[in-house]
Amino acid sequence: MSHLVIAPVLLPLLTSILLLLLRQPSRSRRRALSVVAVVAQLGLALALMAAVSDGRILVYALGHWPAPFGIVLVADRLAAWMLVITALLALFALLYAIRGDDIAGRHFHVLFQFQLVGLNGAFLTGDLFNLFVCFEILLLASYGLLLHGGGRQRTRAGLHFVVVNLVGSTLFLFAVGTLYGALGTLNMADLALKVAAVPPETAPLTRAAGLLLFGVFALKAALLPFYLWLPAAYAHTSAAVAALFAIMTKVGAYGILRVYPLIFGASAGSAADLIEPWLLPLALATIAVGMLGAIASTHLRQQAAYLVVASAGSLLTAFGLNSVAGIAAGLYYLPHATFATAALFLLADAIARQRGESGDRLDPGPAIASPRLLGGLFFITAVAVAGLPPLAGFLGKLLMLRAALDHPLLPWIMGVVLAGSLLGLIALARTGSLLFYRTLPDTDVPEASPARAGDMVPLIGLLLLGLGLTLGAGPAFDQARAIANQILQPSSYIQAVLNPRGTP
Amino acid sequence: MEALITLVIGVLTACGVYLLLRARTFPVVLGLTFLSYAVNLFLFAMGRLHINQPPVIAAQATGYADPVPQALVLTAIVIGFAMTAFVIVLALKARAELGNDHVDGREVR
Repeated sequence: MSHLVIAPVLLPLLTSILLLLLRQPSRSRRRALSVVAVVAQLGLALALMAAVSDGRILVYALGHWPAPFGIVLVADRLAAWMLVITALLALFALLYAIRGDDIAGRHFHVLFQFQLVGLNGAFLTGDLFNLFVCFEILLLASYGLLLHGGGRQRTRAGLHFVVVNLVGSTLFLFAVGTLYGALGTLNMADLALKVAAVPPETAPLTRAAGLLLFGVFALKAALLPFYLWLPAAYAHTSAAVAALFAIMTKVGAYGILRVYPLIFGASAGSAADLIEPWLLPLALATIAVGMLGAIASTHLRQQAAYLVVASAGSLLTAFGLNSVAGIAAGLYYLPHATFATAALFLLADAIARQRGESGDRLDPGPAIASPRLLGGLFFITAVAVAGLPPLAGFLGKLLMLRAALDHPLLPWIMGVVLAGSLLGLIALARTGSLLFYRTLPDTDVPEASPARAGDMVPLIGLLLLGLGLTLGAGPAFDQARAIANQILQPSSYIQAVLNPRGTP
Repeated sequence: MEALITLVIGVLTACGVYLLLRARTFPVVLGLTFLSYAVNLFLFAMGRLHINQPPVIAAQATGYADPVPQALVLTAIVIGFAMTAFVIVLALKARAELGNDHVDGREVR
């Protein structure tokens, strides 16, 4: 039993406790500790990815209690993929935060590390109730991070975010309780077996619990009826936190991808393909709403938040195709969408700092002090977010549409994805011309200092990651396809968790 | 007993949902509390209701009370407690910063 599996949870946990216990650490020491921990976590995630690259599924039974009696952590290709993406995103968000956002409150780094505990735990756990606990850890940390620094707008958006997510947590508990009451287990692999063999009298109860759980994941993933909490919350928090939150909607998408092909997949008997009729239409509608929101936005960060909604819709469209090619396209698109939207949040903050009173409001304002640097970065980021060639967003959408070619809903998928991309392009083009061309000549902001290229390192790093994803599209897509194959063949997962020694 | 506990969970949930839809933060916090009480009872009842049964199977036991939901409820209570404390502080902060206790931060005319 390799202890590597639990290390991505323990490392940020110990780091955050250390940060709490250190008595009056200097600011630079706190920052150094936090950055070193995130870099080490990236190393762990890559090591884990290498360890599962041959298709093995590593199972870590906590306290050596075998599943389904104990809680297990499971590392497969999907978990490792998500861990690497989270660590990379966290590194660049943290590098941006230590330029000044983290001094508004005392416990920024503690909360940041706790958020990583929750994220990594959610990706690694093999138990539904433990998934709930990890969700709560990451949500509680995210409440703190969201409100970090204070302010009227932030408090109001934070109140909505907290209340909506608390209701979501309650629904999660209702779903988990119903599943336990009907099936008597919460281990995901064991649930898969129990759901497949559910007696007819408890089958409706199981289906109801499965759909309730889908509602919870849809809330986290910002799927159509449940996306309303997102724009205000993301638009009003600090830039580094918003960038880190780009992974939060992906946690919901991960939950859907983990639970439904495994537990309610093709071989689940009466509950087979439970969410298939819901996922794709809702995801398409989410793209439409997100892109319309991006067009109607009055502030750049609000626009970025709506683009997060739209990217969640694109991702779930790919997952909703329920085929190896579709899920692989979604998994290839996921890191790109995460990095690109995070970069847009960081850039929006850099632009807003140079426009004085106008901030990130989308109307003619004072000229930006360093238009070439910021304009160039905005151009590249916009190309990435809108999914134009040559960057990875375009490849992701192309793969997605190719995977949809023989799907019965093809006209709808084509129409919505392409029209949505066009709307996103129009919105971003309008934003770019408003911010960089239509400046008011006789106003200037004396206190704004020109942006230095050095300050933009985290942002450029995120864009370079996107570029790397484009240049390495072949290996990355092979990896995504391997993950999709593993997801759609849940028997190996069930075998690894419930029968780790291979005895029949 | 089953009918009674079903009724209790139902009433708690209904009260919770009703209060949650109010426009002031204090009823909303109360509503969240009611909902978490309801879900705690619900989780507890999911292990089935037993009287005078041991939690651990012994040789002479005729049945057992499932200990897992009790452990789940304990976790859910702790988390719910922390969340309630947090949301109360947040509601107070919103009251102080926005000048009123409306959930949208504006006074209803």
